[in-house]
Amino acid sequence: MNTLQLAARNLVRNRRRTLTTLLAMIVGVVAVLIFGGYDRNIRLGLETDFVRGSGHLQIQHRDYFLFGSGNPAAYGIRDYTRLMQTLQADPQLAPLLQVVTPVLDLGGIAGNFAAGVSRTVYGRGVDVVGQNQLKQWNDYRMVGLPQRSVALTGTAPNAAVVGTGVARVLQLCTPLQVKDCPQPLAANEQGRAMPADLAALPVAAPAANLGRVQIELLAARASGAPNVASLQVVKAEQQGVKALDDISVQLHLTQAQQLVYGQDTPQVSAIVLQLRHSSDMPAARARLAQLLQGGSQPLVVQDFATLNPQYGQITGMFAAILGFVAVLIGAIVLFTVGNTMSMAVVERTVEIGTLRALGLRQAGIRRLFVSEGLLLGLGGALLGSLLALGLAWLINHSGLTWLPPGNSERIPLLVRVAGEYGMLLATAVGLIVLSVLSAWWPARRAARLDIVEALRHA
Amino acid sequence: MSAIEVIDLSRHYRLGSVDVPALRGVSLSIAANAFTVLSGPSGSGKSTLLNLLGGLDRPDSGHVVVAGQRLDTLDDNRLSDFRARHIGFVFQHFNLLPVLTARENVEYPLLLAGVAASERRRRAAELLDAVGLADRAANLPGQLSGGQRQRVAIARALALRPALVLADEPTANLDSHTGAAIIALMRDMQRQYQTCFVFSSHDAQLLAAADHAVLLRDGQLQAPAAVKEAA
Ligand SMILES: Nc1ncnc2c1ncn2[C@@H]1O[C@H](COP(=O)(O)OP(=O)(O)OP(=O)(O)O)[C@@H](O)[C@H]1O
Ligand SMILES: [Mg+2]
Repeated sequence: MNTLQLAARNLVRNRRRTLTTLLAMIVGVVAVLIFGGYDRNIRLGLETDFVRGSGHLQIQHRDYFLFGSGNPAAYGIRDYTRLMQTLQADPQLAPLLQVVTPVLDLGGIAGNFAAGVSRTVYGRGVDVVGQNQLKQWNDYRMVGLPQRSVALTGTAPNAAVVGTGVARVLQLCTPLQVKDCPQPLAANEQGRAMPADLAALPVAAPAANLGRVQIELLAARASGAPNVASLQVVKAEQQGVKALDDISVQLHLTQAQQLVYGQDTPQVSAIVLQLRHSSDMPAARARLAQLLQGGSQPLVVQDFATLNPQYGQITGMFAAILGFVAVLIGAIVLFTVGNTMSMAVVERTVEIGTLRALGLRQAGIRRLFVSEGLLLGLGGALLGSLLALGLAWLINHSGLTWLPPGNSERIPLLVRVAGEYGMLLATAVGLIVLSVLSAWWPARRAARLDIVEALRHA
Repeated sequence: MSAIEVIDLSRHYRLGSVDVPALRGVSLSIAANAFTVLSGPSGSGKSTLLNLLGGLDRPDSGHVVVAGQRLDTLDDNRLSDFRARHIGFVFQHFNLLPVLTARENVEYPLLLAGVAASERRRRAAELLDAVGLADRAANLPGQLSGGQRQRVAIARALALRPALVLADEPTANLDSHTGAAIIALMRDMQRQYQTCFVFSSHDAQLLAAADHAVLLRDGQLQAPAAVKEAA
């Protein structure tokens, strides 16, 4: 019969009140864990999305991230093939790496001169093999990720994929089979042919196998002179974010390089690095810093969170909501347990007086009531965690889906509770600490009761 | 030889601005290995005196010596330890711990004193046998009658063979038949365990059973008289 056993028996004796208190704690734990699991899934889902899209880390010109969008070509990385080989051959870095692939961004004007329409676009030249490798990454075992390869796979060198917004403005909806694409009310200026000065420019890619859907992409060369390429649009792809959907043009890297660098030595805007595991990011960054140090170019490494500020914004928002929920529930637990223990102290005043008369020290009384708080906390944490695990399983098998921000397809709604040992442990420890804390004051009061008064208590 | 020395003991209660003197300069000594009864009319200070003897309360002036120890020199922890080791209590309302069985209630003082589990079991069984409740060892207090509960309480008070057992109106909550049985038991146990028993009571049966009687009136001693010598 030690203090914990005594505490347990007192809790069992007051079955109804103990159960009510436990219930409040269980509901709190379930709320925190389910929301935490949802937050966790969103966080990892976004990370997976970004890592599959543009890697964990990118090597860029020092000023590219802030100024590059104005004139991408001016911030290129020279000698990028050798740099990539160096990275892939490095004994420290290579084991961490999954994919190393270059991209070249460019600004330009896309025109469907047959329809007499054009618009400014942001082009990205990519290596199809590398892009498809990027899409293999699924370190967090997310389910429902799109499995298909990038749309440029197996296409002609002058192929391009545009955002549906681009297709709409360039009036390519019908040939590209874009849905929800109304004709604009404004009358089209029909049939204005390509201006003669543009037509006179050297065409970067020979328009050998002209398909039905052709656009001209006008871009500034690194040297400043304009250049134009005739591209065959193979697909219009929804980009999720409208601002991007309205300007995106994806083309093969070699095509983009011809457009920007012509006969000069081609460069790239960034080298995309995808790691096997996100947890290796600090190690990879540290090694990259060593490798890039003292090179002839001012290169820096950016991580996916910097490159995609919405990652920090969305996860920050969820963290704030989760924090708010946790604080609220913590306060409720604090009051519930505090109230339960206060009632117990009042009810058991004579018992406290008796224990003290029998020679139990003040500390012993304190320990007894704090132990009851501890047991309540342990019970609440255990039962709450079990219930949350069960509920999470049900949610995960219920077939609910949701549309994440910036996504174009619905994905399964999942909550990650199982296996999230850090979260489970933090919640359990938090609850136990709170219930011990809230038992502390009533326990202290019990210990300080006047013995004679306590024994006289009716 | 005396188990208790009381020297010029005073205890006042304060009710708002009114001063209520419960004990006024009481001095007495109580014999070891005897059955002593505190008697006196209601409000005369019996409970107040017992609480001071048991180290549950502290006097305003004067002091108490129990088994050679001045209680006023002990801090709260040491006083608690002293109670645990040297004083047994029997209460009017029995005051057993409701979540513990009869055996566990008897074991509790042994547990506080750090006695090993097997020894605790052995002694508790022996004591329960002595108070005639060997077959009720596994019962919770709620499953026992008042008289049975008081027997368990007596066994608990004697568990550590204390120098002193204090009982404030131990029979007040029992019918006279059961009360008489409890008195007989205590008398018996007092002899068997060679302890000093001090009671407060209005109960004529108890007065008759006592070796010594101490009479209180208005917080003062009347005439400490030997009723009969210890056997
Ligand atoms: N907690 C208290 N606050 C104020 N006055 C008290 C308190 N306890 C006792 N008294 C007073 O002290 C005096 C002695 O009380 P005490 O309880 O010692 O009497 P008693 O002899 O035990 O009486 P009874 O036979 O009725 O139990 C009484 O006048 C009582 O009113
Ligand atoms: Mg009294």
